[in-house]
Amino acid sequence: MYRYDGYDHQMLADRVAQFRDQTNRYIDGKLSEAEFLPLRLQNGLYVQRLAPMLRIAVPYGMLSSTQLRKLAYIANHYDKGYAHFTTRQNIQYNWPALVDVPDLLADLAEVEMHAIQTSGNCIRNTTTDQFAGAAPDELEDSRAYCEIIRQWSSFHPEFAYLPRKFKIAVCGTADDQAATQVHDIGIYLVKGSNDEVGFRILVGGGLGRTPVIGKEIFDFIEKKYLLTALEAILRVYNREGRRDNKYKARIKILVKETGVEEFKNKVIEEWAFIKDSSLTLTDEEIDRCQKFFDAPDYKNLGNSPAQLTDKLQSNILFAAWHSQNVKPHKVPGYSIVTVCFKETGVAPGDVTDLQLKQIADLSDQYSFGEIRISHKQNIVMADVRQDQLFELWEVLESGAMASHNLGLLTDVICCPGGDFCALANAKSIPIAESIQRKFNDHEELINIGEMSLNISGCMNACGHHHVGNIGILGVDKKGEEYYQVSLGGSSKNKASLGKIIGPSFAQEEISDVVENIVSVYKEMRNDDEKFIDTYNRIGIDPFKEKVYAKAD
Amino acid sequence: MPKLINKNAVIDNPWTVMKASTGPDILKVVTGKNFIVPLQFWKLYQEELDRYDGKIAVWLDSDENPEQITGEVGSLPLIALNFTVFSDGRSYTSARELRQKYAFKGEVRAIGDVLRDQLYYMAQCGFDTFEIRHDQEPELCLDAFKDFETGYQSTITQPTPLFRRR
Repeated sequence: MYRYDGYDHQMLADRVAQFRDQTNRYIDGKLSEAEFLPLRLQNGLYVQRLAPMLRIAVPYGMLSSTQLRKLAYIANHYDKGYAHFTTRQNIQYNWPALVDVPDLLADLAEVEMHAIQTSGNCIRNTTTDQFAGAAPDELEDSRAYCEIIRQWSSFHPEFAYLPRKFKIAVCGTADDQAATQVHDIGIYLVKGSNDEVGFRILVGGGLGRTPVIGKEIFDFIEKKYLLTALEAILRVYNREGRRDNKYKARIKILVKETGVEEFKNKVIEEWAFIKDSSLTLTDEEIDRCQKFFDAPDYKNLGNSPAQLTDKLQSNILFAAWHSQNVKPHKVPGYSIVTVCFKETGVAPGDVTDLQLKQIADLSDQYSFGEIRISHKQNIVMADVRQDQLFELWEVLESGAMASHNLGLLTDVICCPGGDFCALANAKSIPIAESIQRKFNDHEELINIGEMSLNISGCMNACGHHHVGNIGILGVDKKGEEYYQVSLGGSSKNKASLGKIIGPSFAQEEISDVVENIVSVYKEMRNDDEKFIDTYNRIGIDPFKEKVYAKAD
Repeated sequence: MPKLINKNAVIDNPWTVMKASTGPDILKVVTGKNFIVPLQFWKLYQEELDRYDGKIAVWLDSDENPEQITGEVGSLPLIALNFTVFSDGRSYTSARELRQKYAFKGEVRAIGDVLRDQLYYMAQCGFDTFEIRHDQEPELCLDAFKDFETGYQSTITQPTPLFRRR
């Protein structure tokens, strides 16, 4: 993975010193609440319902075992023994005290980590496919480009006070797992007409109050133009994005109101001034960044060794986990393992300090000392030998980390909701739990098959409810918590936004509603048709009828 | 009189910012001043300004695009960019465009809600002088230009991005 040099370290040290000084001035009353606000947000610090919340950047989801151990230490030392994986591949702590944050950031800097631009109206952490570098269907490893974007966007002096937050995702795989089309800028690695690899650029995607699928503005740009193109887009947005209304300030609204063609023309005009400037990428820089993501030292192995196939025959639980959580790798004899953090009764994405340490040890032993966080709030060990899968599973099983519901109905995406978040209208974690309790039979989950269920506690849509096959949104109805249900969303290649099924439901009704939706699907599906395909074929009405049918 | 700093020291301020609501009569009443006039004033009263016996510069608000003065940038000694509120980031882009797109060689000044914690980024975007808000301590503000030793980007003060310098 990427390693810091003297320059990176210096910038991080400067940033920690800067924030320490700002925090001190705030505590001394020399910096007002309003003036401190964007400064602390750009260092990941929210003031939340119960205590501050600190969001740590995990660039494109990659973590080393050393970093994991530091995160475990922080969970233990500054928090109550917990950390939380977010839906943008980052990590959050819910309890650190404001006065401790500068020290916490200094601790993080020791392992090349920080909380820079994890919040606020600036360019946020760039995300990507959690299988990058290991996926068999990959055109090129996206991580080098994510790192190039990370550096360009970190401390960018012109874009620290944008109209609103700005999120970029990069996808290098055929199967899009990065929700690329619902980002402010979505970047796909693609082949051009002469087989040269470059980028396809979408703008104006996003969730929140006004969900929009991104629109293509460039079908192909050469690699060297990546940063100049991004800079041109951001410049147009910074100047013209709306600042009169927070809810209309994202780039999606600008693109919509300007029209995509006109927006594109404005970008091209800006781009012309910088296209072939010093910001044009060099082959050396691309090479330099790619080298950090060179293949680890894979052994020469074959697929399906006896150590694996024997255990698959003899151990049903292991076989169930294997069929759900283990995916093919581009190198023979290796697999990609997802450790699913969706145990019933545990808030989705929550992890203890002890588990973080265990994962660190396991990654050292089984996956070259690296892991990734997925936007579905799980952990990926990307390079596990197939003949060691059973050993790994046994340890995960003993540590309650062997949930085998990856990609199934109970693998929910869920924001912290009203239990923790000051913005939320409603709780989300108890909703996730009620559904997980209702669907506690693994056979049945397998029978239902691939299905995404996403829950957000408010319109800000941190739980990506618009792009869940089933989406649940917490709403406030005269002071009561209610839940609106939508169907048919997807964040995959054929991205789509869910359609609201009808009037909202009380908390205790939700798990029955989900059960009814599932029963309609099971009745109507053809053979092994997925939920989303059945939905697209039959539409929302059959679901509506069942869900709102009067009890006899 | 608001305090003015450049990146090294507190400096004398020979300029007076004319408020947006000011009418042209001021030019008859107050003579021999160096005024930074609002864009609209500058456009409307070109003749009066030509006759005036002090120096004249222009300020743009954050929603005014420098493209409105492209033809004239060569003749202006100074262009000021206003921060209505410090969190409105449009003037960073304006400063950068004045330098990069319109090749403005004169002084670019930050006026309005100009605070210590934004000065470093402002300097990177091409601002030379800073009329700091009345409650800001000048010595504290001067430290701001040393917040970072270097950055990754191609900026006005360091056009070569770090990846070409490593």
